[in-house]
Amino acid sequence: MHKLYTFLKYTFITLWTVFIVAPFLWAISTSFKDFQSVNSKVTYIPWLDFEPTLEGWRVLVKSPARGGVDIVEPYFNSIFVTCTASLISIILGTLAAYALSRFTFKAGFVRNNDITFFFISQRIMPPIVLSIPFFIFLSTIGLLDSLFGLVVVYIVLLMPIAVWIMVDFFNRVPKELDETALIDGCNPYQAFYKVVLPNSIPGLIVAGMFCIIFGWIDFFFAFILTFTEVQLLPVKVVALNSSITPWWSLSASALISVAPLIIVAFVVERYLSKGNLSGALK
Amino acid sequence: MNFKHKFVFLFPGLFVLIGILIFPIIFTIRLSLSGWNSYTPEMNFIGITNYIRLFTDDPRFWESFFRLSFLSVTTVILQYVIGFALALMVWREIKFKRFFRVIFLIPMMTTPVIMTVIWRTFFHESLGPVNDLLGNLGVKPILWLSDPVIAKFTVIIVEVWQWTPFMFLLLLAGLLSLPKEPFLAAAIDGASPFRKFVYVTFPLMAPISIGAIIIRLIEASKIMDTVFVLTSGGPGTATETSSFYIYIKGLREFQMGYAATLSFTYLVIMIISLTIIAKVLTKLMIKE
Repeated sequence: MHKLYTFLKYTFITLWTVFIVAPFLWAISTSFKDFQSVNSKVTYIPWLDFEPTLEGWRVLVKSPARGGVDIVEPYFNSIFVTCTASLISIILGTLAAYALSRFTFKAGFVRNNDITFFFISQRIMPPIVLSIPFFIFLSTIGLLDSLFGLVVVYIVLLMPIAVWIMVDFFNRVPKELDETALIDGCNPYQAFYKVVLPNSIPGLIVAGMFCIIFGWIDFFFAFILTFTEVQLLPVKVVALNSSITPWWSLSASALISVAPLIIVAFVVERYLSKGNLSGALK
Repeated sequence: MNFKHKFVFLFPGLFVLIGILIFPIIFTIRLSLSGWNSYTPEMNFIGITNYIRLFTDDPRFWESFFRLSFLSVTTVILQYVIGFALALMVWREIKFKRFFRVIFLIPMMTTPVIMTVIWRTFFHESLGPVNDLLGNLGVKPILWLSDPVIAKFTVIIVEVWQWTPFMFLLLLAGLLSLPKEPFLAAAIDGASPFRKFVYVTFPLMAPISIGAIIIRLIEASKIMDTVFVLTSGGPGTATETSSFYIYIKGLREFQMGYAATLSFTYLVIMIISLTIIAKVLTKLMIKE
C-alpha cells in the first residue's frame, strides 16, 4: 500500500514536470531552427534531427530596417512600466495597509474590512471594462500610446495585490513594536518608518515580487492602449505571431521575454521554504 | 491623537485608486445609455435601448457568458485538485524537494500571451510536436485548434498549465503555516494517511482553500489573453468569452455605447455571482 502510494506520487510528479517543461524545451529547440527544419517535418533534437542555426537569435538584435525584430526598446518599456507602477503601488499600498491594520476606521456602515475588501475587489474588474473608457479618456487628453497612461492603468492592477499581501503581513507584526516606539518618543510616522518598515522587509519583497509578476505578464491594457510609439514586450511578441510564422525568432523572443521572471521563481521558493510566505499569502 | 495620522496613511492609496476608477465607471454607465458608434461618435442619449437589445436580442453575449463560466469553473476545479495534490506531495520531505517546488512555480512567472504563442506552435495541427508524437503512436491528427469542442479543451490545458502554480503556491504556503499539534494527535491515534487528510488536513485547509479558489475564480473570469492568441475566439465563436466579445463589439466594431452596456452588465453579474459563490463555498467547506 505504502509502496504503491510512493510509486503513484513520483509518477505524478514526473508527469507534471514533463508537462511543465515541454513547451520550454520545444521553444528552445525551435529557436535554433531555420525555415527548412520547421516546415518540412517536425524535428526535435539539434544536430540529430536538424542543423541548428543562430538566425532566430540574431534577428532579435538587428534593426527593423534590416529585417530584424527590434525587441530591445519594448524590453526597456516593459521594465520601466512594470517597475514604476509596482513601486507606486507598493508605496501607496503599504501605507494604506498599515493604516488598515493598525487603526480603526468607521464611517457609516463602513469598517476596516470593507475598505480592505474595496481595495482587493478591484481585481474583479475585467480589463475590458476599464479599457474602453480609458481608451476614450486617454485619447481625449492625448496620452494614448504613452508610457504615462499605461503606468496609471497598471496602478489599478497592482495596488490591490500590494494591499492584500501587506495587510495580512502587518497583522502579524506585533503591535507592541509600534507602541514601544511611540513611548520612546517617536511620532507615528517615525515609528512606521524606523521600526515597522525594517521589520516588514520579507512582506515587502513578497508584495514587490507579486506586483512585478502581475505587471510584467499583463497584455491586454498594453495591447489596447498603445500602438506604435510605445510598445511593451508581450504586444511585440504577439505581433510577431500574426505575421507568417517565423517560428525561430518567435521562440527566441518568447524565451528571452519570460527569462527574467523565472529567477523570481527561485526567490519565491526561498521565501516559501523559510516560512516567510506562509503568513503573507493567507 | 491617532485620529489625524491614520488618514495620512490611508488616503493617498485610497484616493489614487478611487481617482483612477471613478471616471471609467461613471463614464461606462453614461456611455451605455448612448448610441456611440463609428457613424455617430458622440454622447447622445438613447435611454435603455442598449439594455433592451442586450436582454432580448443578443444570444451571442449570453452564450459567451456561459462558455466563460464553463471554462473558468472547469479550469479552477482542475487547478485546485492538481495544485492541492502537488502541494501535499512536496509539503513534507521528498527527494529534490526544492527543485520540484521551483519547477512547479515557473509557469505562473511566464507571460500568458507569450507562452500561448508557444503553445500555438506546440498544438499546430501539422507542424506541432503533439500530433507528431501521437502520430508515431498511430493516433490520427487531432484538430487541437480548429475543432469547436477540442479547442475548448486546448484552452483549458493551457490555462491549467499557466495557473495551477498559483493555486499550488497559495495552498503550499497554507500547508506550511498549519499548526503541528493536530497532526501529532492523529499520528498517535494511528490514523491512516487517507483519514489524516480527510479529518485533519482538509478541514484545517478549508479557509485557505476557499480564499485560493475565490482568487483564482476572479482571475479566471478574465480569461482573454489565452483565447485571444490561441484561437481568437474561434473556430466560429466556439471559444469566445465575454471579455473577448465585448472587445470585438467595442474596439473592433466601435459600437462603444453597446460595448459599455455589455461591460456594465458583465461587471454587475460578475460581482453578484462571485459573492454568491464565496458564500456557498464557505457554507460547503466550513462545517458548523
